Amino acid sequence: MISFSWQVQSSRDNVHLYDFHIVYSFSYKVPVLYFQGLQAGGQLLTLDEIKKDLPPHSLQLLNESKWTFITREEHPHLSRPWFTLHPCGTSDWMKLLLHKLGDKDRSLQYLPAWLSVAGQAVGLKIPLKLYCSS
Amino acid sequence: AQEKKSSLQAEAKYPDFRGEADWFAGRRGRRHRRRRGRRSPPRAGPIRRPPPARAMAAAPRGEEAAAWSEEAARLVWGGAVPLQVHLHDADVTALPPPPPFLTLGPRVGYFPLLVSTIKAHFSSSLPPGVDTVWFEYKGLPLKWYIPIGVLFDLLCADPERPWNLTVHFRGYPADILSPCEGEDSVKWNYNNSLKEAAFIITGNSKNVMNMSQADQLAMWESVRKGDLNSYMNISTKLKLGPFEEDFLVRTSSLGSRQGSDEPESPGSVKPCRVPVRLYVRRVQEDLEYLEDAIPVSDWESVSYINRPFEIRKEEGRRITTLEHALETLLPEFFGSKPTARAAGPEPAAATPDSAPDDSDTTPGTPRDREPASASPQEMDVAKRARVKLVRIQGMALGLDTPFLWVANNLRNPECFLHVCVYIGA
Repeated sequence: MISFSWQVQSSRDNVHLYDFHIVYSFSYKVPVLYFQGLQAGGQLLTLDEIKKDLPPHSLQLLNESKWTFITREEHPHLSRPWFTLHPCGTSDWMKLLLHKLGDKDRSLQYLPAWLSVAGQAVGLKIPLKLYCSS
Repeated sequence: AQEKKSSLQAEAKYPDFRGEADWFAGRRGRRHRRRRGRRSPPRAGPIRRPPPARAMAAAPRGEEAAAWSEEAARLVWGGAVPLQVHLHDADVTALPPPPPFLTLGPRVGYFPLLVSTIKAHFSSSLPPGVDTVWFEYKGLPLKWYIPIGVLFDLLCADPERPWNLTVHFRGYPADILSPCEGEDSVKWNYNNSLKEAAFIITGNSKNVMNMSQADQLAMWESVRKGDLNSYMNISTKLKLGPFEEDFLVRTSSLGSRQGSDEPESPGSVKPCRVPVRLYVRRVQEDLEYLEDAIPVSDWESVSYINRPFEIRKEEGRRITTLEHALETLLPEFFGSKPTARAAGPEPAAATPDSAPDDSDTTPGTPRDREPASASPQEMDVAKRARVKLVRIQGMALGLDTPFLWVANNLRNPECFLHVCVYIGA
């Protein structure tokens, strides 16, 4: 499991803290993004509050794409409900992203490629360096 | 029906629905029966282990071992847990407090589906305002998307009949339970699980996604009402079983929207994957009597493992048993492979789509370091001793039970096999 955190200034007085976990799904054989948001005081954010923090193109992606949508799921290791980008479309869009690559490149590029789509859906800014390094 | 000798009892290694487990309480207004007229006495004896395996020579051939039987399906669908539902003290607004409500919870059903009848019973005692209903057993909020039978098997070490639960209408524990908007949430969860099972079994969810609206509705209704006949009418179209030892699943272009004059491509042939959900409960290492097991006080002490089992033929193994499956899915508790359970491949090291094996290799972790002290056989025995109980559909199954029989006959309507394992730790 890969985990990282992200802070968002939601308004002048308000900071929201986001936790992201990338977990492997044995059912779908793809990585899955789990996330939750907390107020400064520790209360969980609702999905509507989270959507307010997202950049507009992310919202658009979520609303329009049949492949990326957010649902509530039990976190596989933490036994608590988190939000997740549903994994059922992942293998389809990963095939499109990677179909020109050979096997070796495919395994190196898999996670950055996956993150480029999944990250967009939840408003993550991925540093360009991640794609430039081999 | 109780008197008729069933084909299930022909082999000692097959679970005996009527003998060992008496959870079968029937539905449709029949009251639950006592255990053959005798109550289970306190300290009745140590945790019963199912009888040891017969010689492999006597084992049935592959096809018989795996056969799906309609009788088994009827017993599974007909099984119910007798419930005694108490209204939470703080929710009682009228004295005298109402008596508890007795009802049957279908094993393959879900608690939110019982809310309307329970609410009707308690309506005169409830405070005004919006209800957020949740159930609790000995202080533990119950996860509404886990089937009733599984919760009972997991949380009631020594089966309590009736099962005494508390219902709450306020104070939903949102940090522990994901939100539930009644029947719709359960339906969504059911459909989602069915899609996941379809993906596991066939490699994609097309057959479920392409169901007609009418079929989707009919299938959900059949689950909600516990109507096996209607369910079978629709589920056979989905071709999600029965599983076979030949382990070859031809993934067809079922549901493909390409022109109909294209010949159906043979698709690829893949090993058979069985959807499994494991619930591992930690109990005292020296536990001898089930009634002494410490109750589950929070969900952190239960490990939930949602991981398919891939059926592979192996040299020297005639039939894949339940033990083989559990060895693969829970290597640190079964089997002789070193401890690190595969949490998944190192992200850079493997291509996820080409599948770390679900069978017996643990990808991405160093595998060849055996501890110097114990021999593999000793470790095996020690590991197996930690497994106190394996319970599926209310029955303590022997580890030598053919896995395919279990997968075909004991799975739930969303095509997942739910397995409760008690581990001494």
